[in-house]
Amino acid sequence: MSFSLDKVGLVHPNGHRALRGVSFAARSGDRVAVIGPSGAGKTTLLRVLGAALRPGEGTVQLLGESPWSLAAPALRKLRSRIGTVHQSPPIAPRLRVVTAVLSGRLGQWSAMRALASLLRPSDLAGAHEVLSRLSLEERLFDRCDRLSGGQLQRVGIARVLYQRPALLLADEPVSALDPTLADAALQQLVAQSESTGATLVASLHAVDLALRWFPRIVGMRGGQVVFDEPVGNVTEPMLVALYASEGGLPVQARERPIDIASGAFASGAANTIERPDCL
Amino acid sequence: MSTVQQPLPQRTAPALRDPLARRRLVWLLAAFVIAWPMLQLSGFAPSALFAPGNLQVIGGFLAGFLPPETAPDFLAMLAKATLETLAMATAGTALAFVIGAPLAFVTTRALSVSRIGPGPGRAQAGMVRQAGRSVLMVLRAVPEIVWALVFVRALGLGPAAGVLALAITYGGMLGKVYAEVLESTDTRPARALLESGSGRFAALVYGLLPNSAQELISYTVYRWECAVRASVVMGFVGAGGLGQLMDQSMKMLNGGEASSILLVFLVLVLLADALSNALRRLLA
Repeated sequence: MSFSLDKVGLVHPNGHRALRGVSFAARSGDRVAVIGPSGAGKTTLLRVLGAALRPGEGTVQLLGESPWSLAAPALRKLRSRIGTVHQSPPIAPRLRVVTAVLSGRLGQWSAMRALASLLRPSDLAGAHEVLSRLSLEERLFDRCDRLSGGQLQRVGIARVLYQRPALLLADEPVSALDPTLADAALQQLVAQSESTGATLVASLHAVDLALRWFPRIVGMRGGQVVFDEPVGNVTEPMLVALYASEGGLPVQARERPIDIASGAFASGAANTIERPDCL
Repeated sequence: MSTVQQPLPQRTAPALRDPLARRRLVWLLAAFVIAWPMLQLSGFAPSALFAPGNLQVIGGFLAGFLPPETAPDFLAMLAKATLETLAMATAGTALAFVIGAPLAFVTTRALSVSRIGPGPGRAQAGMVRQAGRSVLMVLRAVPEIVWALVFVRALGLGPAAGVLALAITYGGMLGKVYAEVLESTDTRPARALLESGSGRFAALVYGLLPNSAQELISYTVYRWECAVRASVVMGFVGAGGLGQLMDQSMKMLNGGEASSILLVFLVLVLLADALSNALRRLLA
């Protein structure tokens, strides 16, 4: 079991209730997409899974530990095994790309190694390798404030790939990328999960991306899990009901309409979905 | 053919009055009401400056400042005192950094691990932070001139007393301001690093310093500049350097010497400014 949430509820300090009775579990290596309208609680859910927010109700188990009963050093160790791709990458603008990527392993490094690597990057080859997976290797020595929003988002992904976490969380990881790059970036996240056995949980606003890349879909709305189904069982009425308040399904690539009505998903075989091989 | 005039619904005039205007006016008036008695209390009466007798006295005093003294033996003494002052300010600021930087690291909320969640050890962390803050407060509550008087008694006349006095007071100031600068920059990078298990020190150098180094450097150089000036005041109580020289010149009513010393000050402040600008450009 990679993680399990049991009847988790969370009220933010400003009084806004973000999660309500959420039960959600995944085995190691599972790949789950969380979809739902904005304000559904997707980000809060991911922050709970990242041991960054402590829910007021329910129980949380992450990577075999109960994070909120651990002492500080053990909690820190647990956090270093969880990696998060943030929606807007929290990277200090003056850092060079190589340093930003290498900072993914700060949880595993000693303070001395961290300081030394700031002066002379300690694993150029490793940083170059993950950046090349996102076709960003030529920006290795550029400063992050010279990058576009999409490039910065890919640096954020590269940093988590370099971290090699056991639980990989991604909060709208491709929101700033064009459809081709978005597919390529999701492909890399999926490939990382397949090669390292990491559990991958991604919140996605674009429904077509979720259906294309993830074998399991969790629909959230109003802080609750509305459905949690293999992608083959997800039907158009379910999606329409989920996004009723937004007046239409949000998709990444309009020119490639989602093919739900044709029954492609009803076959139940997620693997028959053709994956774009654009990289 | 007649059209029936539909009566338009009554429209209320759009509220174009700034709802904050009244509050701002009240605060402005309050500032005057508070400032006026303070000026009275401090006996501030600029008109006294321009009374004929006073103008003459000031004029005579200032006339004594010209020309600046340039005798070789005085210039040699001036050079030695300048070096002494620079050494006092630099050593004092360096020691202050050694005191202030770790305390800032302990007290800044920008690097709090226990606030994430909130997690374990929140009460202890709050206590440690409060203790650090209290230490900083005590350090900077006593003016450096008082510390200098104390240390001159203990260590005898000379710059060593000034260095210690500067280190203690300025350590308190640096620690407080460093902690606040770190909190006022974008703390999300550091927080994201802490959330992925990095240590506090690593989060500081990878998440906070890249954004705030410029501001921290410029404040530190400004404090060094202040230390140069403060060393003058401390020179008056026997802590050596330009201040002691100034004290002697003023007591002997030698305006030429005093103006030479003031010119050196001007150069030192210009130097501090240039240094600050160069460092900021280096870190931009």
